[in-house]
Amino acid sequence: MSGAALPLRAARALRLPPLGLVLAWAMVALVMAWAIAPGLFAWQSPLQGISGSQLAEPSAQHWLGTDGLGRDMYARVVYGARESLLGAFLAVTVGLTLGTLLGLIAGARGGLVDAAVMRLVDTLLAIPSLLLSLSVIILLGFGSINAAIAVGFVSVAHFARLSRTEVLRVRRAEYVEAAFGSGGRFLAVLWRHVLPNALTSVLALAALQFGSAILALATLGFLGYGAPPPTPEWGLLIAEGRDFLASAWWLTCAPGVVVVLVVLSAERISRSLGARRT
Amino acid sequence: MDLAARLSPAPATNTSAPLLAVEDLAIRYVSGGTSRRVVEGVSFTVAPGEVLALVGESGSGKTTTAQAVLGLLPANGAIESGSIRLDGTDIAHWPERKLAALRGARISLIPQDPTTSLNPVRTIGSQIAEILQIHGERNRGRIRARVLELLTRVGLEPAEMRAQQYPHQLSGGMRQRVLIAIAVALRPGLIVADEPTSALDVTVQRRVLDLLDDLRREYGTAVLLVTHDLGVAADRADRVVVLRQGRIQEAGPVREVLAAPKSEYARQLLADAPSLATPRARPIAPPTAGTMLKVAGLTQLYPMAGERSRVFRAADDVNFEVRAGTTHALVGESGSGKTTTARCIAGFLRPTSGTVEVGGTDVAQLSGEQLRQFRRKVQLVFQNPFASLDPRQTIGQIVEEPLWNFDAVSRIERENRVRGMIERVGLPDSVLTRPPAALSGGQRQRVAIARALVLKPRVVVLDEAVSALDVTVQARILELLDELQRELGLTYVFVSHDLAVVRLIADTVSVMRSGQVVESGPVETVFHNPANDYTRDLIAAIPGSAGAAGKAAP
Repeated sequence: MSGAALPLRAARALRLPPLGLVLAWAMVALVMAWAIAPGLFAWQSPLQGISGSQLAEPSAQHWLGTDGLGRDMYARVVYGARESLLGAFLAVTVGLTLGTLLGLIAGARGGLVDAAVMRLVDTLLAIPSLLLSLSVIILLGFGSINAAIAVGFVSVAHFARLSRTEVLRVRRAEYVEAAFGSGGRFLAVLWRHVLPNALTSVLALAALQFGSAILALATLGFLGYGAPPPTPEWGLLIAEGRDFLASAWWLTCAPGVVVVLVVLSAERISRSLGARRT
Repeated sequence: MDLAARLSPAPATNTSAPLLAVEDLAIRYVSGGTSRRVVEGVSFTVAPGEVLALVGESGSGKTTTAQAVLGLLPANGAIESGSIRLDGTDIAHWPERKLAALRGARISLIPQDPTTSLNPVRTIGSQIAEILQIHGERNRGRIRARVLELLTRVGLEPAEMRAQQYPHQLSGGMRQRVLIAIAVALRPGLIVADEPTSALDVTVQRRVLDLLDDLRREYGTAVLLVTHDLGVAADRADRVVVLRQGRIQEAGPVREVLAAPKSEYARQLLADAPSLATPRARPIAPPTAGTMLKVAGLTQLYPMAGERSRVFRAADDVNFEVRAGTTHALVGESGSGKTTTARCIAGFLRPTSGTVEVGGTDVAQLSGEQLRQFRRKVQLVFQNPFASLDPRQTIGQIVEEPLWNFDAVSRIERENRVRGMIERVGLPDSVLTRPPAALSGGQRQRVAIARALVLKPRVVVLDEAVSALDVTVQARILELLDELQRELGLTYVFVSHDLAVVRLIADTVSVMRSGQVVESGPVETVFHNPANDYTRDLIAAIPGSAGAAGKAAP
C-alpha cells in the first residue's frame, strides 16, 4: 500500500502550481524586495523633490510621474513598501499571537474561561473595525507603530475565534487523548499535539489578514492617523494625491493599484494554504 | 428463528440465462500522473435469484468491481477491457444517461455506511418517494401508498410516523432498512450490496441480512454481496468469488469453497475468519495468579439532555475481577456501557460511584500527578488506528512519547527501547521516520500497541482494537497480542462487539446490556451454556454459524 502511495505523492509534487498562485508569490516577492532594498529598484529620492518638474506625467524618466512637490512617484511607492509591509507584519504578529493565545486557552480549558474569553471576543467583533482601531490609536497616540498595533488588535478577535474552533476540533481527536494516556502533562500535550495540528488554518488566516492589514493601514494613513506626512506610506500617498485627482490621476492610481495587487496576492496565497489542509 | 431455511438456501435456477455476466473485466485508476490496474481478468455470472458474494480484504478490487457493474466508478477510474452484460446487453461502455435509467429500476445499490447515505435534511418518506418520481411515477396518491407499503415491508412501523421522520431520528439498523426499501422499491433484478452491514452491531446485522434474504426470496431478486467477512458470505451466499489484488483467487459454490478451499489465499482467509476458526488452546493461567483488576459497583450516570432529575445509566453496578496474566472480555452492542467501563478502568473517566482497583490502588480516587503516574500501569489501545496517531509526528516520535513523559533516560537508551519495541510488534526499522499516513491500518494498530507497551504496563485495555481491521490483518494482530501476553505476562481487558473474536482471545467474559452485566464467567461456559437469553441471541448472530454447521455435517 505504501509502495503505491509514494509515487503518487512524488507526481503531485512535480506538478506545476497554478499560474495565478505563481503570479501572487511573484508580486509578494517583488514588494518584499522593495521593502528590503528599495535603493536597488528606485534611484531617485523619495523625499527630495526636483523643482520645475512638479506634477509631471508618467514618462521614461519618471515611470509613475511626480507629485505636487516634484518627488518621483515610483520611488515613493517603492520606499513606501517598507513602511506598509512592516506595519502589516507587526499588525499580523500582534493579532496572531494574542488571538491564538486567547483561542488556545479558551479551547483547551473550556468552561468558564472559554465563556468569558469568547464573550470578550464577541464584543470586539460587534464594534466596527475602523472605529475600534481609531479608538486604540487615540489611546496610544499617533504614529505608524501605534497604527499597526491598532490594526492588529482588531484582528485578535478573528484569530481567537478560528484558533478556538481548531483547538476544539483537535482536542477531541483520539491522538490527543492517547497523548494524555501516555502520561503527557497538560501543557506538553498542548504544545506537542494540539498547537501544531490546529495552526495550519490559523496560518492561512494570517496570510489573509496580512492583505487586510495593508488595506486597514492604508485607510488609517489616508485619514491621517498613521505615519506623519513626509514618510512615503501607501495610504498617505493616496491621500496626498486626492487633491490632484482631476489633474494628476497617477498620484492616486499608482499606489492604489499596488495596494490592490498586494491584497489580492495575499488572498490567493491564503487560499492555497487553506486548501492544503486536507 | 429461520435457521433451517438459511441452511438450505433457495436452489438457484442455473438453467436460465445469467442475469449478469462479467467477462474478463479490467479496470484502471489514474491519479496524479500514474496509472494502476486494480482489477484484472475478473469474470463471473449471477443467475436470477442467486446470491453471489465477492469476498476479499481492502484493496482487493471487490468494491471497484461492484462500482463498475453499477457504472459508478470514480472519475479517475475506467474500464479498460472486458464486458458487463446485463440481460445479455453489454453495458460496460454505456453513456451516463442510459445507465441512469437502468439504475434503481434494473440494478440497485445498498451502500455501505447508512449514517452518511441518507440526506439529513429530508424525511425518509420523501427520500423513498424520490426513486419512484425519478423513474416516472407522477401520481401522488400512488407514490404515498407505495412508500408506506415499502416501509411496512422493511419493518419500519408505524409507517405513517416513520415516513415523517428524519434520518437522525433513526438508529443505524433502521437507516439501513430505509436504504433497503429504496433499493427494492422498483423490484430490480439485481441488488448490489456493498458491505451492507459492516457498520452495524452483530444482532442488528443479522436482522438486516435476514430482511434482505426474505425480500430476495419474495421478489426473486439476485444479490451481488460485497463483503470482507467470509462468515457473512458463508451464511448468505450461494456462490462465492474470492478476490485478491484485483484477481480472482477462487470461485465456486460456497460450501465447496468452505469445505475444501483450493487456493492458498482462500485457505488463509478461512483460517483467519474469527467466526469460522476454531479457538486456539489458551494457556491456563496458574491458579496462584492473584487478582490484577477488580471492578466493584461501578456506576456512571449522565444527566439526560432537556430532562432534569432524570439520569442516563451508562454503567450500572458493574462487577468483575480479572486475574493477572489473563484476558477478560467486555461484550455488548453499542450503548451497552462496555466502552464507558473500559474508560473508567483506564482512568479517562471518573465513575459516579464504585471502585476500580488495579494492583491494589483505586483508580477512581486518583487525580493530577497520581493519575499520571498510574498511567504507567494501565494503557489503552484505541479502536481507530487512523485517529489515534498524531498525523504530524513520525512513528519514532509517537512510540517514544511515553518514555519522554516518564523516564529520565538518555536519548540513546530511549531510541534503543523504541527500536526494540517496533521490532517486537513486527514492523521494520524503516517505519521509524515515516508519518502514520504512510502506513496501512494494520501497521498503524501495531504502532498503537507498541506505544502502549513501551512503558511496560501491567494492564492493557483494548477498546475495539481490531474491529476496524480486515479479517486477515485482524488475525495477525490477535496473534501478536497473544504472544505479547505470554511473553510479558500482560493482563488484557478486551472490549468488543464481536463475539467470534472474543472466543479466540479471552479467558473470561462479561456480557453487557444497557449498562448492566447480564452474564459473566469463563468463555467456554458462556459460549456453550449461555444462561441468559440476550447472550444466546448474541451467539446466534455470529455470522458463519450456519455455514460452520453446514461444514460440520455435509
